[in-house]
Amino acid sequence: MGPLTTQRMAAVRADFPLLAREQNGRRLVYLDSAATSQKPQSVIDAISDYYRHSNANIHRGVYSLAREATDLYENARARVAAFCGWDAATTIFTRNATEAINLVAYAWGRHNLAAGDEVLISHMEHHSNIVPWQLLCQERGARLRYLSVSSEGTLSLDELAAVLAEGRVKLVAIAHVSNVLGTINPVAEIVARARGAGAVTLVDGSQAVPQLDVDVAGIGADFYAWTGHKALGPTGIGVLHARRELLESMPPFLGGGDMISAVDFDSSTWNELPWKFEAGTSAIAEGVGLGAAVDYLSALGMENVRRHERTLTAYALERLVEIPGLRLFGPRDADARGGVVSFALAGVHPHDIAELCDREAVCIRAGHHCAQPLMRRMGVPATARASFHVYNTREDVDRLIEALATTRAVFEL
Amino acid sequence: MDELYRDYILDHYKRPRNFGRLEPHDLEWHDHNPLCGDDLGVHLLVEDGRIADLRFHGQGCAISQAAASIASQELIGMTLDEVSALSAEWMIDLLGIDISPTRRKCALLSLKVMRGATTGDASWPTGSADD
Repeated sequence: MGPLTTQRMAAVRADFPLLAREQNGRRLVYLDSAATSQKPQSVIDAISDYYRHSNANIHRGVYSLAREATDLYENARARVAAFCGWDAATTIFTRNATEAINLVAYAWGRHNLAAGDEVLISHMEHHSNIVPWQLLCQERGARLRYLSVSSEGTLSLDELAAVLAEGRVKLVAIAHVSNVLGTINPVAEIVARARGAGAVTLVDGSQAVPQLDVDVAGIGADFYAWTGHKALGPTGIGVLHARRELLESMPPFLGGGDMISAVDFDSSTWNELPWKFEAGTSAIAEGVGLGAAVDYLSALGMENVRRHERTLTAYALERLVEIPGLRLFGPRDADARGGVVSFALAGVHPHDIAELCDREAVCIRAGHHCAQPLMRRMGVPATARASFHVYNTREDVDRLIEALATTRAVFEL
Repeated sequence: MDELYRDYILDHYKRPRNFGRLEPHDLEWHDHNPLCGDDLGVHLLVEDGRIADLRFHGQGCAISQAAASIASQELIGMTLDEVSALSAEWMIDLLGIDISPTRRKCALLSLKVMRGATTGDASWPTGSADD
């Protein structure tokens, strides 16, 4: 598929009904896709159609309707798995990326980590890839260590090698793309080095799957976690791709219905993969909706999605430096980053920037972005953040620049 | 003129009154607003149960910093009992601007810190002036 044409991009915008919304008489500009993406009509329809025509509980009923619901859900899983270059049987649906990471911390970490062992993460992690490891390390008497982030917003493979060489790291857990800096981390290289040192690896792909052509098998991670709602899908559905031998060796995370093979009075045996890790009635409609989301992205072509985000990010970086007193965080090279741009404006707190942008119908995020350790490393209490997806345009970036100029005027800068 | 970022709000934000540190001081407290990273501390000098002097310090949005500056002018001279009786509405009224629910904690952080210093109560201020 060729590059997305202007006409095709206009059509893409029209696929997202929310973007027709106006605020204060102006077209709404949504620049917070790193928090959650908007949803195309096809995803909304898939969820609605499921409830209108196909709703039944899955994996149980012998009647046709239940088989249809089961097929819709399991077909969605197969497409979601294929979308990331992985196998359906080892692709587990969770509530979100946070639950996927907690699944690993509980079902793998508790049984494989001992006092004196180390878990290695980085200073650019989202709280969802920090707090589960803090809890695990506290419980097991293990040590949580951090790779530092350079002033350009990158990790150092030399530092990784040095920490691994000490021989105590049992798990390396790293974001594929930073939700604050936008940095695309060299995860295949990080995973290879960690494996070479005998460590298990987890990659948090929450910001990567929505905008990059992700090949989990190519990356080689033992666990790869992501969430549906940032990838044009609904909330309430996340994904954990994992290596089969690890999943087979792990006890269940949550106990209940659907995850068992047989239940006796004192003990039970477990269902096969992936259902061993899916206790209780699943988020069926959400799974079906996520299937529609990856269909939509596949039809656009992830190389086109990436090209669009790269072009828009490069344009935003170029325009933002025009604003006096604006400080950019993260790599300057658009090839090294995803579609998210964090910045600070001298004399105006990010919260006030976001409030004044909202007056101009421009939605941006302000705060610590669930990355407080990173904020401390950057020496700021918070940043403002604009993030893009397929439905954003150069005009959206122009509207942000206008709103920032207005912000400076209100603050008499 | 903007209805939230009024002249006097921006004036207190840019030139905050009673900001800095007091050494020595009798009472102190420090807190933050996790939502947006506002960070505020206070040092108090107390004489005969009254606030003889105070200094706020920290960083945050225009609303949180202006609120601390404006409140500081009212707080000096109050008894500790009077401070402990101050309600959320007292602070909102003093600011004189419409505060949306999402900015309420920004507006109330300085009062929260003051109540912490004078009573040890670390909860968010609530209530109206008539409570």
